[in-house]
Order: sequence, then C-alpha cells, then structure tokens
Amino acid sequence: MVFVIRRLLQALFLAFVMSFLVFAGIFAVGNPVDILIDPDATQAERARLIVQLGLDRPFHEQYFIFLGNLLQGDFGNSFVYNRPALGLILERMPATLELAFAAIVIAVVLGIPLGVYAGLRHGSPGSQAVMAGSILGFSVPNFWQAIMLIMVFSVMLGWFPVSGRGEVGEFLGIRSSLFTLNGLHHIALPAINLAIGHLALVIRLARSGTREVQAQDFIRFARAKGLSEPRIVLVHLLRNILIPIVTLVGMSFGGLIAFAVVTETIFAWPGMGKLIIDSIRMLDRPVVVAYLIVIVVIFIILNLLVDLLYSLIDPRIRLDEARQ
Amino acid sequence: MSLLQITDLQTHFFTSAGVVKAVDGVSYGVDRGEVLAVVGESGSGKSVTGLSVMGLIDAPGRVVGGSIRFDGREIAGLPGHELRKLRGARIAMIFQDPMMTLNPVLRIDTQMVETILAHRSMTRTGAWALSRDTLGRVGIPSPDERMRGYPHQFSGGMRQRVAIAIALLNKPDLIIADEPTTALDVTIQAQILHLMQGLVEEEGTGLVWITHDLSVVAGFADRVAVMYAGEIVEEARTDDLIDAPRHPYTRGLIGSVPSRNARGARLAQIPGGAPPALNRPEGCRFAPRCAFRTDGCEKPQALRDNVRCWRAADLPDFAEVLA
Repeated sequence: MVFVIRRLLQALFLAFVMSFLVFAGIFAVGNPVDILIDPDATQAERARLIVQLGLDRPFHEQYFIFLGNLLQGDFGNSFVYNRPALGLILERMPATLELAFAAIVIAVVLGIPLGVYAGLRHGSPGSQAVMAGSILGFSVPNFWQAIMLIMVFSVMLGWFPVSGRGEVGEFLGIRSSLFTLNGLHHIALPAINLAIGHLALVIRLARSGTREVQAQDFIRFARAKGLSEPRIVLVHLLRNILIPIVTLVGMSFGGLIAFAVVTETIFAWPGMGKLIIDSIRMLDRPVVVAYLIVIVVIFIILNLLVDLLYSLIDPRIRLDEARQ
Repeated sequence: MSLLQITDLQTHFFTSAGVVKAVDGVSYGVDRGEVLAVVGESGSGKSVTGLSVMGLIDAPGRVVGGSIRFDGREIAGLPGHELRKLRGARIAMIFQDPMMTLNPVLRIDTQMVETILAHRSMTRTGAWALSRDTLGRVGIPSPDERMRGYPHQFSGGMRQRVAIAIALLNKPDLIIADEPTTALDVTIQAQILHLMQGLVEEEGTGLVWITHDLSVVAGFADRVAVMYAGEIVEEARTDDLIDAPRHPYTRGLIGSVPSRNARGARLAQIPGGAPPALNRPEGCRFAPRCAFRTDGCEKPQALRDNVRCWRAADLPDFAEVLA
C-alpha cells in the first residue's frame, strides 16, 4: 500500500513537471494568434482577442493561470472549438483505447504461442518461418502495411470495410464498438495494422525467453517428476517468461494509445490521434497540453499496473524494492 | 535380478564438431535397498548415464546402444509417454544445484502436489496432506507453513530437502541422485547424506549416488563404480575399493584425498587432465596419465574381473605405495 501511495505521489509530481515542459514547449512553437485570427480583422479586433485569450500576458503569468485552472480540473477551452479541451479529448478517447486494446490482445494472444513454439522447436522449419515472419513484421513500415492491408483485404477481397468505426454497443456500462459485430468488422484491419509490429516483438521475447528457461534445471527437474509436456510448458515455462513480455505490453499499450496517429489517419479512425495532429497544426494550446497530460497519466497508470503484475508473477520481486 | 541393470550403454551427442561418446559402453546394476556410488570427474559421463536412465537426454544427444532394464523390463527406447509414467513415480531423480531445481515462481505445495497428481488419482486435499507429511519427514520444520512458501524463502540445504521430498512423494523404487550435496556446505552435506541413508534403509529404495567426491561415499555406499572418459574403469565393494584400489586411476583418486596424505607433504595428484571427449586415446584412455604405462597399454582395454587395466594384477600393493 505504501508503495502504491508513493508511486501516486511520484505520478503527481511527474504530471506537474510535464505540464510545465509541455506548456513551455508549445509556447515556443508559435503564436496561435497568427493562425486563429482572420487576416482581414482590424487591429482593434486583434487586440481584443489577444486579451480575451490571455495571450498578452508574460509566459510565467500564463503558466500560473493555466496551473491554477488545472488544479481545479479545468484544462481550458479549445481555441478552435471553443469547448473544454479535456471534454474534446475524452470524447475521442474510447475509440483510441479500444483500438489499442484490440491491437494488444492480438499481439499477445498470437505472439506468445508463436514465440513459445518457435523457442521449443528451435531450428525446425516452422520455427524459422515464424521468425522470418516476425522480422518482416517489424521491419516493414507501419503505414505501408496499412495500405497493403486495405488494398488486399478491403479493395481486392472485399472482406473488410476500408475505413471508419462501426456501430457502438454497450456492455457492463462500457460503450465500445468491440461489442457489436459491425464494430468488430470495422476494427479488424486497423487493429491488425497496429498490432503487427508489437506482435513481432512479443514473438521474439517469448522465443528468447523460452529458449533460456527451457535450459534451466527446474524444467529438467519438472520433466524428471514425470509431468506432462503441456503442464511443463503452460505452468512451469510460461510463468517464467512473462516478466519481459508484461513490460513490453505495458510500454506498448501506452505507445499505442499515444501514437496510433498513423493508423488512425489511414483508416479514418475517429480517435485522439487525428485530434492531436489537427490541434498541433492549429496551435490549439489547451488541447495539446491537455492531451499530453492525459497521456502522461495513462503511462503512469500502466507502469504502476506493470509493477504490480511483476510481484504477482514472480514472488521474488517485492514491491518495496521496485521503487528504486 | 537387479532392480536396475544397465548393460553396455552408449549415449552419444551428435555435435557439429563430431560425435561425442559421453557414455561409451557402461554397465552397472543396483538392487533394492542398495546404494551404488558412481564416481568420476566432470565429463566422465556419470551424469549422462543417470539422465539416460531417466530418458532425459536432450538433442543432439541420444541413447544409441545398450540396454537399460528396470524391474525386469527394457526401458531404453520406450516411447516418451511410457517413460513419463516411470519418471517421478518409480524412478526419481535429484539434481546437483538445489537453487536451480525448484521453479522460482511456483509455491512449494504446487510443485509437490503436481508430482503426485501426475501419477496417481488422488484428491487435491489428499495430495496436499501427503506432500506436507513428506516435507516433515525430510526434516523441514513447520511443514504446514513452509508448504505455502516459495523456493527463494528457503536456504540451499532446505531446498535440497524439498527436492528430496519431491523425489520421495510417489515412493519410487529407485532414486538417482546427481551430486546432490556438491553445492552445499560441508555440515549440510553430512545432514543430507544422513537423511538419504535413513530414507533408503526405511523404504528399501535402490539408490544411485553420482558424485565426484570419493570421501562422501566412503561410509555410505555399498558399492562404487569409478568412471573415466565415458567408461567404467573399476567397480568394487566400497571397503575393498578404498583399501585396495586396483586401477591406476582409482589409486590416484584415493591417493589424492587430503587425509591420506602426510601432514605438510605435497598433496598427491594425478598428472595431466582427462582427454577431450572428441579425441580420446586409441588404447587405454588413462594411459597418457598413468605412472604404470607400458607398450601393452596401446590396445583398448576390456573390463576384466571388474577392472579395466590389463596390468592390474602386476601393480605394486597399494598399502606399500602409500607408505
């Protein structure tokens, strides 16, 4: 418990530092007034808008006003949409979350069995095929994979829709397109596209883990006990290769949420990625800042979950050691 | 008829550098209630022999010849699922490094109960109780609590006790112990040795004790088989072997035990090192290091009268050599 509280305090501090870096960074990028104000506007109108947005004040004042509002849960209004920035982001978040989630599930559910197989049957044609596929998976650029997927499976074969998000269903109070057939039909290609690179990594981690653990004495002892091969692989081996995989999945998941931009753009997926790209282009400071802070919080939560999972998987890891 | 009878066993490893004949024509037997010590240095093939019996030789290794009869039944070349039924049930094995033989992420009770359930139809509760009782038998205090512990919460000696308890769970007829005390402190070694001795006597289990340390087996084993470069060079009753070793290699081993040497004198040793497994001498494999070598040692040596040395009868009396 102490561990969790300590981590949450750290997270708070991190979020604070992040808010400053982001605010300063975007301040340096450019002046939103140039983009937001109609070039035909009079000098008086310009001045009025600048004052209204608070852009006439010096940097530190702007920052402290922003921070004060932030502490009250107010991320400010979007310059472009003139609506609360946080609301805009949270509106788009479920679409991105479900896409990232689907991608991670694909990567893990396919990646671990394939990797373990490649490790156990090291050197066999099947294993070599899996490894060759995984090299292809993370060397071929993501955007190109996306275009090829669309070309083959949507355009030529017509199996999947070309773009967009499907119908949204509700299950246990959660609204997601993962709960309708139409939704799953739509998410399949973008999720696969997002998953491929991570799938390749999971395969490689699972394979190297398997090869390493397989040579350990305790596996030989398990065999000497007369255990069945499935039990040895599923219980004795699998638990021991999970730590690096959990780490990868935790980091990937954050990355997928934050940087699903390319996939979202190609598949016209209405997630946060599209919003953030537009906001950066329009120098819509409140949205960019709010987005980055939300991402930081997501990363922090994921890291915390990964640390907690470690101690569940491997009893030798105690949480009070993990804080260093 | 012996409980385990290995005859002319050949276990080879097919590596890219060539065929390594790790076990090259080994024969030995052990009876119920009998302790056979297999002594040899690293690479002599003593562990590979044990693993061959268990059917645990991994690729690129393979048992290529000879016979392994267990309780009257040929088990060399049995299909995997048949061997699995024997392993952990009728033949158990204990390994050298107790820090490595227990799965670090599974609780002790999981690792024990699964051993029982793999071989017997028993309720989980029954298996748990049996496991706890066995843990108590090998001298682990408050077994009820310790059952729920993880391996890293045990010391090395305690872990080896757990491994022994696991080996005992299904009341095996034969236990193969591969250097089970080598990684332990001397005091713990003695405890484990004593424990095993008691258990074997109680149950009438056959025991193959693989070790590189002759002094460990002196007071413990009924018979000793000495291995060198993939072969058995001498086999005898323990007392006979220690008092009157016949093969020059065995003489060297016994002569180099520190307590045999006069205080302050230079420790006796066998010159040279064991031949590489891919390039062994044509004739007697020990000849290059042997003080009694003659021209006749150029031809391969057969095991005659339980010693693999054609000059065994001509060698000077061991007691005189020492004096």
